[in-house]
Amino acid sequence: MQRMACSFPDEVLEHVFSFVQCDNDRNAISTVCKSWYKIERWSRRRVFVGNCYAISPDMVIRRFPDVRSIELKGKPHFADFNLVPDGWGGYVAPWISAMAAAYPWLEEIRLKRMVITDENLELISKSFKNFKVLVLSSCEGFSTDGLAAIAANCRNLRELDLRESEVEDLSGHWLKHFPDDYTSLVSLNIACLGCEVSFSALERLVGRCPNLRTLRLNRAVPLDKLANLLRRAPQLVELGTGAYSSELRPDVFSNLSGAFSGCKELKSLSGFWDVVPGYLPAVYPICCRLTTLNLSYATIQSPDLIKLVGQCQNLQRLWVLDYIEDAGLDAVAASCKDLRELRVFPSDPYGPEPNVPLTEQGLVSISEGCSKLQSVLYFCRQMSNAALMTIARNRPNMTRFRLCIIEPGTPDYLTLQPLDVGFGAIVEHCKDLQRLSLSGLLTDLVFEYIGTYAKKLEMLSVAFAGESDLGLHHVLSGCEKLRKLEIRDCPFGDKALLANAAKLETMRSLWMSSCSVTFGACKLLGQKMPRLNVEVIDERGTPDSRPESCPIDKLYIYRTVAGSRFDMPGFVWTIDEDSAMRLS
Amino acid sequence: MGVVGGGAGAVSGGGGSSTSDASMSTVSKEDNPVLSSEDSSSCLDESELELGLGLSLGVGVGACKAQQGPRGGQYARILTAKDFPYVGSSTSASVSSSSSSSSSSSSSSLSRANVTAGTKRSADSVAAANGASQVVGWPPIRAYRMNSLVNQAKLPATEVFNSLIVKSRNSNPAVGKGTSNACVNANEKGQLRSSLFVKVNMDGIPIGRKVDLSSHRCYETLAQKLEDMFATSSTIMNSIRSGGEEHDMMVDAITPSKLLDGSSGFVLTYEDKEGDWMLVGDVPWGMFINSVRRLRIMRASEANGLAPRLEESNGGQRNKPI
Repeated sequence: MQRMACSFPDEVLEHVFSFVQCDNDRNAISTVCKSWYKIERWSRRRVFVGNCYAISPDMVIRRFPDVRSIELKGKPHFADFNLVPDGWGGYVAPWISAMAAAYPWLEEIRLKRMVITDENLELISKSFKNFKVLVLSSCEGFSTDGLAAIAANCRNLRELDLRESEVEDLSGHWLKHFPDDYTSLVSLNIACLGCEVSFSALERLVGRCPNLRTLRLNRAVPLDKLANLLRRAPQLVELGTGAYSSELRPDVFSNLSGAFSGCKELKSLSGFWDVVPGYLPAVYPICCRLTTLNLSYATIQSPDLIKLVGQCQNLQRLWVLDYIEDAGLDAVAASCKDLRELRVFPSDPYGPEPNVPLTEQGLVSISEGCSKLQSVLYFCRQMSNAALMTIARNRPNMTRFRLCIIEPGTPDYLTLQPLDVGFGAIVEHCKDLQRLSLSGLLTDLVFEYIGTYAKKLEMLSVAFAGESDLGLHHVLSGCEKLRKLEIRDCPFGDKALLANAAKLETMRSLWMSSCSVTFGACKLLGQKMPRLNVEVIDERGTPDSRPESCPIDKLYIYRTVAGSRFDMPGFVWTIDEDSAMRLS
Repeated sequence: MGVVGGGAGAVSGGGGSSTSDASMSTVSKEDNPVLSSEDSSSCLDESELELGLGLSLGVGVGACKAQQGPRGGQYARILTAKDFPYVGSSTSASVSSSSSSSSSSSSSSLSRANVTAGTKRSADSVAAANGASQVVGWPPIRAYRMNSLVNQAKLPATEVFNSLIVKSRNSNPAVGKGTSNACVNANEKGQLRSSLFVKVNMDGIPIGRKVDLSSHRCYETLAQKLEDMFATSSTIMNSIRSGGEEHDMMVDAITPSKLLDGSSGFVLTYEDKEGDWMLVGDVPWGMFINSVRRLRIMRASEANGLAPRLEESNGGQRNKPI
């Protein structure tokens, strides 16, 4: 075998490897023999780091000397819900500095939940001559000044996507920094920006970039300006509108409608803040081509929603508010036979009473009518085991099922039982389930089901559920493919954690907050498992000031080959092998 | 956050070092006293001891008991409609630490019944230090999404109403910016407030924090919270010590009034909707909440010239162009 492998010249092997893009496969290739390892590492162009603290920039650079595209993720998922205090970490600065020196030909940077500053952005814009793609998903720490640097210096920029990042709006003039001879923009997503961008600059930019395919505007772009933009970019495939409201005027309407009709490639629509229903028919001409429709900011009533969605026979992805009601979901189930993904968000999540007739029935209808349904995110206020069992039997091809019953601990509203058997049916029937979020009243039994059946499960989110450590133990010992586990407000303590310590090294990360884990257990885990970082996040002051048996506030455990990190703030405690507590 | 049943036993037994080898196969439902209400109350006694020492948990014991209830005893019996008299009951069930429910049945009727009580109890145990009236981060909706929802008119809305909203918003682009996570539930019934996170920066500390203003009712608790927040950073201790006049000042000794009256060498300021920087504490709390965009703990030396309301801020601060 060795001889055969070496009988091919390196160039041939490299060419063969270039057809293999998937990380797992490339990892496998690199273990065949030294020669393949060497060739593979020199030809790896794309690196994905799921946890920026799992490895150091230098280690990545040493192994892969010629990377063109990097993706990094920082904070844990629950940071989206304000559970991770500000200042926890996720700084991209060390990565940018290291890559600026090592990867002059870097083309793409994709970040998720990381902190990036204007200095970092400026360094990016000046260090990488062929820089093409910048995607900042749920990031923070920068302002429009940093964007100005990117616009001014990245002559080959193709994508600038600020997806839901928190940007400090200093001015809308940053857009003017794109040079007049810059024409290579393919994708621009500024939907998260609060301030008005310079509209004339935007118009000119859109007009001179013939390859522009994706344009997601921010709310400040008024509706009456949208038609002009569309006429300059009829080749658009994905559009996010600004505020979708204006005084109802026939000339504005017909202008808009005509502009939409001219966009023959448009497949994805989003935006729709402040919708004036009278303007919705302007998009009717293109509905039949739509595959993605994001109406999750559109506060419009069910009849208007039905009229719109009813025309989208080719819809694959629908995001909508619960204003759609069960009746609206019935209509979707009847019209959108190609639906793959449904997300229903709550319009009034903090109200104690339901404000719209949206119940489990809507989801049941969808599961019956949409045979390709794979991914669900559903907020509602009532659920029953019967409904869950029906959904499970209808849709065994489901891969992502996230159900949020708004009130914690809500039982089956028909039988008043816990929802264990309902979720049990989901994991039993949906054998390819990769992601699951639980809610409602749940005992340890649901975790027994999950541990028994959810063999492909990679990510599990749990809140206000379970009764004892047995629940956690079922999951840690049963779910073979588990990578990410996030738990809040559950009575899980030390036992299951310590008994399954080895499992934690096979996962990317574990988050536990408001559970019953003690500092003593954390110290033990930190001492015994050198390849885990055990971070105790506690804003009440040092855990040593409380008895060792007192539950800690938040725990974040992740595997790493980089050791403890150096940028921990004062409220994060970690334990190293010397069993001395280290403060940063 | 309630040390429940089996957890309590392991903890009090100091089983840290031995459990790593313990075989979990021996753990079964019988070992878990949670199911039996008798056992749960005996475990409560132990955990009572433990958590009685847990200071900042605040509600500590009460939360333990209260949380014990719904998760513990009632699984041993079928729940009936009697357990759920929540329809129409008031939302103000303040399940506080003073609740002395010792039996699981009484706490179950308290909690599981009342829709929001369950929420509040978790809120009490989770965010007692904040005094939050709601659970942090629940339901799991991103702040980005909440911002957008909040700043739109709720249904039913006519076109006229919507265009009026657009007009007013266009004239004030400050509304709806993403710098603060403002998720105020704009509801005429004056319902529960959701979270209102604003950024806080302190001079001399590069890393900012966020604080949930809706969990406070007055300036004192806010100032106390901020001091706690920034006291945990060692750099802050140095900056306070070096920046302050009083050499004998200890961080712990800073009372809320010191931050509010500037005697600690720092003053608390905020940026309002118009982009002006003002001293915190001059206007009624409600008015402050409605206009604050972010906070800054400023060195007292830089705060000269900062006056309530009318005066323009001095050159040290950044005014946002509107």
